[in-house]
Amino acid sequence: MSVEIENNKETQNGIKTEQMVLNLGPQHPSTHGVLRLELELEGEIITKVTPHIGYLHRCFEKHAEAMTYPQVVPYTDRMDYLSAMYNEFGYALAVEKLLGIELPERVEYIRVIMGEFQRIASHLVAIGTYGLDIGAFTPFLYCFRDRERILSLFEKTCGARLLYNYIWVGGLSHDLHPDFVREAKEFVKYFKPNIKELNDLLTMNKIFIERTANVGVLPVETAINYGISGPNLRASGLKWDIRKNDPYSVYHKFDFDIPVGKNDIGTVGDSWNRYYIRVLEMEQSLRIIEQALEQIPEGDVTSAIPKRIKPPVGQVYSRVENPKGELGYFIISNGSTSPFRVKVKGPSFVHLGVLNELCKGRMVADVIAILGSIDIVLGEVDR
Amino acid sequence: MKNDMKKVEEIFNQLKEKFGDSVIELVSSQPVEAFIKISPLEIDKICLFLRDNEELLFDSLMCLSGVDDANGKNVVDDDGTSSIQGGTLSVYYHLESTKIGHKLTLKVSAPRENPDVNSVAKIWRHADWHEREAFDMVGINFLNHPDLRRILMPYDWEAGHPLRKDYKNPEFYQGMKVPY
Amino acid sequence: MIYDFFHNLTGSYFIADIIQAILPLFFFILPFALFAVWWERKVSAHMQDRLGPMRVGYHGALQTIADILKLFQKEDIVAKDIDKPLFNLAPVLVFIGSYGVFAAIPFTSAYIGANIDLGVFYIVAVSGLAVAGILMAGWASNNKYSLLGAMRSAAQMVSYEIPTILVIVSIVMITGTLNLNTLSEMQTGHFWNWMILGGPGFGIAKFLFIPFMILGFLIIYISTLAEVNRVPFDIPEAESELVAGYHTEYSGMKFAMFFLAEYANMFAVSAIVAALFFGGYQSPIGYLGNLLNAHWLIPIEQLFWFTAKGLFFVFVQMWLRWTLPRLRVDQLMETCWKYLIPIAFVDLIIVGLITVL
Repeated sequence: MSVEIENNKETQNGIKTEQMVLNLGPQHPSTHGVLRLELELEGEIITKVTPHIGYLHRCFEKHAEAMTYPQVVPYTDRMDYLSAMYNEFGYALAVEKLLGIELPERVEYIRVIMGEFQRIASHLVAIGTYGLDIGAFTPFLYCFRDRERILSLFEKTCGARLLYNYIWVGGLSHDLHPDFVREAKEFVKYFKPNIKELNDLLTMNKIFIERTANVGVLPVETAINYGISGPNLRASGLKWDIRKNDPYSVYHKFDFDIPVGKNDIGTVGDSWNRYYIRVLEMEQSLRIIEQALEQIPEGDVTSAIPKRIKPPVGQVYSRVENPKGELGYFIISNGSTSPFRVKVKGPSFVHLGVLNELCKGRMVADVIAILGSIDIVLGEVDR
Repeated sequence: MKNDMKKVEEIFNQLKEKFGDSVIELVSSQPVEAFIKISPLEIDKICLFLRDNEELLFDSLMCLSGVDDANGKNVVDDDGTSSIQGGTLSVYYHLESTKIGHKLTLKVSAPRENPDVNSVAKIWRHADWHEREAFDMVGINFLNHPDLRRILMPYDWEAGHPLRKDYKNPEFYQGMKVPY
Repeated sequence: MIYDFFHNLTGSYFIADIIQAILPLFFFILPFALFAVWWERKVSAHMQDRLGPMRVGYHGALQTIADILKLFQKEDIVAKDIDKPLFNLAPVLVFIGSYGVFAAIPFTSAYIGANIDLGVFYIVAVSGLAVAGILMAGWASNNKYSLLGAMRSAAQMVSYEIPTILVIVSIVMITGTLNLNTLSEMQTGHFWNWMILGGPGFGIAKFLFIPFMILGFLIIYISTLAEVNRVPFDIPEAESELVAGYHTEYSGMKFAMFFLAEYANMFAVSAIVAALFFGGYQSPIGYLGNLLNAHWLIPIEQLFWFTAKGLFFVFVQMWLRWTLPRLRVDQLMETCWKYLIPIAFVDLIIVGLITVL
């Protein structure tokens, strides 16, 4: 339900009303990080939302200019810290395009498996914290319990739970440990019924649907114009996935669907659809992982890593399908061992820009619902 | 490759025909992608054409980056600080069409002392925040931008634009010591 | 019985009255509140696939005592620009609003805090004091979030009193008395004499009542959930939206008063629902005391049954809290005014018709 606000400040009785400015400050339980939202309210209805960012700016792009190409990899982890594997994947792909090197197939398969596990982990956080914002406390813990199993898989492989430094330019830092394939298959089997439990508990819950359906509807033309990508764009109805539209690595060898927002509960492009697409994507990721685990070839994962990375003069823009959207790396090289300019187009940065458009005319409680459905991570917004 | 997708040379020729001297040159010698150089004050007209023309339909801006080209002269002041004089600051635009599928890269270069570039924020709303970031980090002044303020640095940061190659951190900011 | 005991002890009706009325406070409610905090943490933990407090005492049983000791010795931080008299008075009012109710609730047949003939009316009136307390807390905190939370809470509590009262009136029409003690005594016998199954007596009227009684029970349970600000109606204290709503600025002992008042309130409304619909302190299956011919055993058994029923409803309230998301403010008001009140009205009219005919 949205309401038209007239601009005149005097009601019929000659009583003056004023707009109230409410600050959802940098420290707040549900803004997913240090984000400051300035809301201008008329009673409970919002007229304008201004996000103020920069609280987590750690100058990634400036650091990248001072380091060599392999040294940048740990820094890329820390941008979107909830999907670190994919950040490294994107960076490695961009530099490999500049260098023009070929990778062993095993490396490509392992990268895809790790990436898809990371997608599931990131979506679990998004779903759990979204339920928490709406007030359902229990799905949060169920999601984190499942995410722990994925993180322990990662820990056995590369030693770190959250920030890996695993996918290097030209290969990987370690090969898979011997039990990985078996444990990964066990996880896939364990996780499938949990998705169904999550749907029963949260997705199809009447109160949850009331809170999120028809809230923050984003029409598809506006979405494209604002540069929205990833699950948010698919929820608005456009079947656009970089893994299918602009394939990279070995994704063309797998058979998976792209879920798109529908009209059956709520409208296309509302918060419920954005949330539900993430649940469906987790199922598709499980499919990809199953197929990859069957097809993975043998090989040496460190053989193609160049001793010294010195790309020719040029520039490249390469993008991958981050769990949050389209992650783009624009790297300019001037022939030396350090990049000349690394520009990261983080999906969360772009998605935060559309918040004002989505929140106009809604109530304060809806801001939390919309912000949670867009799924931003402040590390990526501020870099 | 779909049938309607156009190559960079075809798009370059089409633009050169329509806009003449604003379209400066097509650079395709470096890896990985070729780009078209455009003059900074005409970029918005060309982008509007690129977006609305039925054969091109570039409805999505993938990325907009500000770059300090550092191609000027290195000048050392009396107190030892070095700065760059002359040269250019550039903006790279990466466009894509979601309906047809082709991509395009544009480059715009403005002189370092007077870096004015027309804003494309009204054409693609995506560019709004990216241009603010380019202004904040590199110092490019976008004309006709709806709200050009700093976005990542604090709003009252006076010490310059951090991603320039000759940027130095200030000693103090609002009474707090900056380097440690 | 106990009243006479106190009278003999102190030699004055007045003091006996006072002691009898405040006895449940110390011997029942405060221990219950301490127990409920621990129980909620355990229930929520087990529902969320974890364990909850395990270290302090056996399975964390002493955790609440540790927490209360901590709250006692915390510094009472007050913001600078608050409205001091209101700020200090607010927790007291909320406390009174919750605890004052217990004077009129029948714990067993031998003991009731104050045998008021207006029992239910008194209860509804006193619980309205909490609204004033909450508004004071929100206003005096000098904090936009607290103000928003307090206004929402006041609107919610005042609106949801209406379905509660309508259902209570329908019960009163059947039984003809407002006194909770009498109401409980009327439901003697076995569980088929409970109000939810049509009340005492026999005949076609009893069976006609059953669906409307069940409907009334559901309405009053939902409304009292809203009265005590529990999920799905906990917008006033929604952590993820307004930090902590109207009690954001409180710390130390004052916060403890809000906290304990909430748990006491939960038990109070559970006790009222049990007394109205489920037979109060009556046992569903007859008394052991009767079987063994030891009539002094009966009040103790009744206390046990009363506590069990109250605890069961408190458990269901906790269960709902950890399962359901919360409603938005306008949806909350919509539920009350557009759904609960019309249904309660219809229920009232039909029950009235059945009673008369």
